[in-house]
Amino acid sequence: MKTITCQINGVPVTVPEGTTILKAALEADVKIPTLCAHPDLKAWGACGICIVRPEKSPRMVRSCTTTVVEGMNYITHDPDIVETRRTVLELIMSNHPNDCLRCARNGCCELQNICAEFGIREVPFESGIRDLPEDNSTPSVQLHPAKCISCGRCALVCQQLQDVWALEFLYRGDRTRIAPSGDATLAESPCIKCGQCSAHCPVGAITEVDETKKLWDAIREKDKHVVVQIAPAVRVALGEEFGLEPGTIITGKIYAALRRLGADKVFDTNLSADLTIMEEASEFVERFARGKGELPLITSCCPSWVDYLEKYHDDMIPNFSTAKSPMMMMGAMVKTYYAKKAGIDPEKVFSVAIMPCTAKKYEISRSEDMKSSGTLDVDLSITTRELARMIKQAGIDILRLKDEEADSPLGVYTGAGVIFGATGGVMEAALRTAYNFVTGENLGKVELEEVRGMDGVKTATIDIKGTKVRVAVAHGMANVKDIMNRVRKAKKEGAERPFDFIEVMACRGGCVAGGGQPYGSTDEVRAKRIKGIYADDGAQTIRCSHDNPAIKAIYSEFLGKPLSDKAHELLHTHYVPRPLWIK
Amino acid sequence: MACNQFCLVCGGTGCESSRADEIYRNLVRACDAHGLGSQVQVVKTGCFGFCEKGPIVKILPEQSFYVEVKPEDAERIVAEHLLKGRPVKDLLYKGESGAAAKGEADIKFYQKQMRIVLRNCGIINPEEIKEYIARDGYVALEKVLFTMTPEQVIEELKVSGLRGRGGAGFPTWLKWTNTRKAPGDQKYVICNADEGDPGAYMDRSTLEGDPHSVLEAMTIAGFAQGASKGFIYIRAEYPLAIERLEVAMGQSRALGLIGKNILGSGFDFDIEIRLGAGAFICGEETALMQSIEGKRGMPTPKPPFPSDSGLWGKPTSINNVETFANIPVIINKGGAWFASIGTATSKGTKVFALTGAINNSGLVEVPMGTTLREIIFDIGGGIKGGLGFKAVQTGGPSGGVITKEYLDTPIDYESLTALGSMMGSGGMIVMDDEDCIVDVVKFYLDFSVEESCGKCAPCRIGGRKLLNIMNKFTKGTGTMEDIDTLKTIGKAMQRASLCQLGMTTPNPVLSTLKYFPEEYLAHIKDRKCPAGKCKSLVTYRIDKAKCIGCTVCARKCPVPCIKGERKVPHEIDQAKCIKCGACFEACKFGAVVVE
Repeated sequence: MKTITCQINGVPVTVPEGTTILKAALEADVKIPTLCAHPDLKAWGACGICIVRPEKSPRMVRSCTTTVVEGMNYITHDPDIVETRRTVLELIMSNHPNDCLRCARNGCCELQNICAEFGIREVPFESGIRDLPEDNSTPSVQLHPAKCISCGRCALVCQQLQDVWALEFLYRGDRTRIAPSGDATLAESPCIKCGQCSAHCPVGAITEVDETKKLWDAIREKDKHVVVQIAPAVRVALGEEFGLEPGTIITGKIYAALRRLGADKVFDTNLSADLTIMEEASEFVERFARGKGELPLITSCCPSWVDYLEKYHDDMIPNFSTAKSPMMMMGAMVKTYYAKKAGIDPEKVFSVAIMPCTAKKYEISRSEDMKSSGTLDVDLSITTRELARMIKQAGIDILRLKDEEADSPLGVYTGAGVIFGATGGVMEAALRTAYNFVTGENLGKVELEEVRGMDGVKTATIDIKGTKVRVAVAHGMANVKDIMNRVRKAKKEGAERPFDFIEVMACRGGCVAGGGQPYGSTDEVRAKRIKGIYADDGAQTIRCSHDNPAIKAIYSEFLGKPLSDKAHELLHTHYVPRPLWIK
Repeated sequence: MACNQFCLVCGGTGCESSRADEIYRNLVRACDAHGLGSQVQVVKTGCFGFCEKGPIVKILPEQSFYVEVKPEDAERIVAEHLLKGRPVKDLLYKGESGAAAKGEADIKFYQKQMRIVLRNCGIINPEEIKEYIARDGYVALEKVLFTMTPEQVIEELKVSGLRGRGGAGFPTWLKWTNTRKAPGDQKYVICNADEGDPGAYMDRSTLEGDPHSVLEAMTIAGFAQGASKGFIYIRAEYPLAIERLEVAMGQSRALGLIGKNILGSGFDFDIEIRLGAGAFICGEETALMQSIEGKRGMPTPKPPFPSDSGLWGKPTSINNVETFANIPVIINKGGAWFASIGTATSKGTKVFALTGAINNSGLVEVPMGTTLREIIFDIGGGIKGGLGFKAVQTGGPSGGVITKEYLDTPIDYESLTALGSMMGSGGMIVMDDEDCIVDVVKFYLDFSVEESCGKCAPCRIGGRKLLNIMNKFTKGTGTMEDIDTLKTIGKAMQRASLCQLGMTTPNPVLSTLKYFPEEYLAHIKDRKCPAGKCKSLVTYRIDKAKCIGCTVCARKCPVPCIKGERKVPHEIDQAKCIKCGACFEACKFGAVVVE
């Protein structure tokens, strides 16, 4: 690769051709301040904070979008540059509500941080704060447009990474605002509730719907039996809220903290992930080996993906796995199997899920199927960020807690269950079990490296004793279209199907970087969290879902066998085409 | 059938709005009625440029130049002039001497002009390709396709010294070279016809009067750069230009001058029209391309430049209408000929839309290096109403004002920039000494703020803050600190805005702060508008010594707020006065005074 040698404030740096000044400056130990740039997105130069000056040039350029030129010396700070950045910041501040103390991003706001660094003590310009109504139409994310600084990240994420196009720039000039086209509400828009907009927003303009109070209220009620499950991806990210490196596994401490918060029982979604695999792998084998149903089979445990498919690819509904997500399977088991076993009235059970995801808040009531126990199987789904706040509210020093175990009978999990949190994980877990279902024996090497990693689309052919299974894994909603189109084209032309089994996760990297995870997800952070996920898998003695003793017990004591009538009643759902826009 | 007389009627948008179309139809009808149908050809042409005096009708071969013609004059022109050979004297243009002008050469408005871009405007019927061909149309294309290599075409442009007429003045040959050299199987040529500066209509008139010149040049551009597809991005508010372009494209396609295998050369090039919805920012090339792609028109950072990654990521060159219109002439007459016109750094001519407080408003094309004084006083005929010259704004809302001291500056890209203004696309608005500079700047800012796309913070927020401060000045609530704030925000906008719109929005403010500080001070410290334009700062008062109590002012007052008995001096109730000035206009005794 061709390299370029330039200078940053006189310090020579050599970087690959095409490197931006912003990145090159890091080589010279200069972190240029930014507001709109984000490593996930193609920089587009909206905020004007990251300006630098090529030496001897009268003009300032944006370091986020300008690539370095051979021999050029870039001045990243001088009194003029700092003064200009300050003025731009003050302009932004003059249109931004001064309500940091009661803002959801208080303490974790990028604008707040940068203003602190610049020592903004007053805003010398007339206020231009707009009175814009909030959008509380979805159960997942809220828009607070008055706080928006129009950096554009949310719209770019929604359009480029997710290909959803729920968020658009409306109006022009200083009336510009970011909202669904035609001034529809989010609920009326194609929004899939993935929450990536909220994860990328530098300020408090888009946030998850905070439901921590509902959990406190349930804990307060004496006759409520609060049962909490935690998702695979939560354990490798929650620690970041308490100063740990991304990817640090603190499962045992989370169990302990939940009990200290007031949970009566702590279960693990990893176990119900194993249950999902039992159903889904059986479904795959039914379709693949016995020809009962459409192929390729497409995974359905990501609620944003479910919503997206129902809106954008509803012709593929017959290919969708009818298996519910691990969260919903756990909910169903809690209010039937567990309640019965423990002799508790399901009506008294308050079923809570801690999820890395904002769409899960939507999923718990997405259809009547989510009430298989007769009432909501999951009463409340809160994000990793919300749980962190609750732990902080309670003053629990989670890092000093002794590790605890999850409760029986829904606490034991396998390596297959935990890898649901990473892209490719569901596929890998399903194949570990499908291999067993077809051959009667376990894979010699359970790690399927081909479906791991951060490539947007991963394809592989897995050999099940001579039978080839063609699989595809996509993450980041924008990567789905090509795969679906290939399947569709083959179907239309009567050609051989390109894939037998497809896994899709809406968020880049999978659930580890879900819309409800701690702020700051970048590919670097995703990689660390994923490493943690696979480390947890590797640490388990049981690596395959069908070997989970708790799962075996569930089937023998309660469900019978996978795809049984009872399993269908409690663990499966169906899908309906949905319009992109409701109006 | 040979006609021995030609009756040319201006068919530009300006004259059409003064019923030129009716004049044309009446002339045709009258000719038929008088049996002149076979001897006189009535032609609807493009703009003559002398818009102040439109609608214009010109008779050839006599060169009779009729101005301010009305539809009902058609009968007289036909019956008297065409039938009996007696010119209709009261309609003929008369210069300062009072004598009827004998054609353009005899009219001061035209004398210092040099028409290269507008060579066919007001001469040919733009809807008839044969008339374009008769005036060397498509000769350049033939020459290029059969006798030149793409490199030679670009070399000719290099010799000519042609620079972009859209405002920035980037050398056209270099733009074409970059696009030619950029790797890519598909390349695009775009004609930027999204003219949007207030008062500017150079490109509209060119397209209305001579659409083929642009089509021919775009095809040459396609050949030189290896592009097979062209787009004309034009605002939907230019329906007549669009219609004439469509007619022209149909005709040239029928003759094999655009499309597949042009003139049998094996070269393919086709052109499509894309309509813009009127956002000023879509004239910025990256926003323009976003708009063509069907996206919201917002600028994208450069680099990458369009020549490397333009429309749909393909190498693209974007030139303005006026730039294109020069190209066939350069190919025909040679780059050296073109380079012999103009100044050391700026070659050829420039078209300006001369408007404002000027006697002869219109479209003027002058060699680069012509002075502002020549344009305003010789061509423009000086300031209207015998008032004094105050300043001229060039470069549209992004430009700056140029004052009296600099009237003798020869105009080119560099000299205007040195004066703190810019060439821009060619808008030129003249202000007289009764114009309020603060009010004028407010007008420009209002435009720029309205047209900001809203993407980058400095432009989106800064522009509005500037405008709010200007509003304070015109209301008499400004402070001296506001001046510093204007400068602070203006500087930050120039440095940190994403595109030229934001970078240049503060220009009118900063340039007038430099040249007219006393006017700002009057608004701030004295709470007075010296020109009397800022209504909040004006007080109308009746001088009791002069008022005879005729009651005219009281009757004209729309509020009403003027009280007084007949034959007794009147009085204005200041609390109710809306400062419309009706009393001032109505009083014949000079009793109403403005303070």
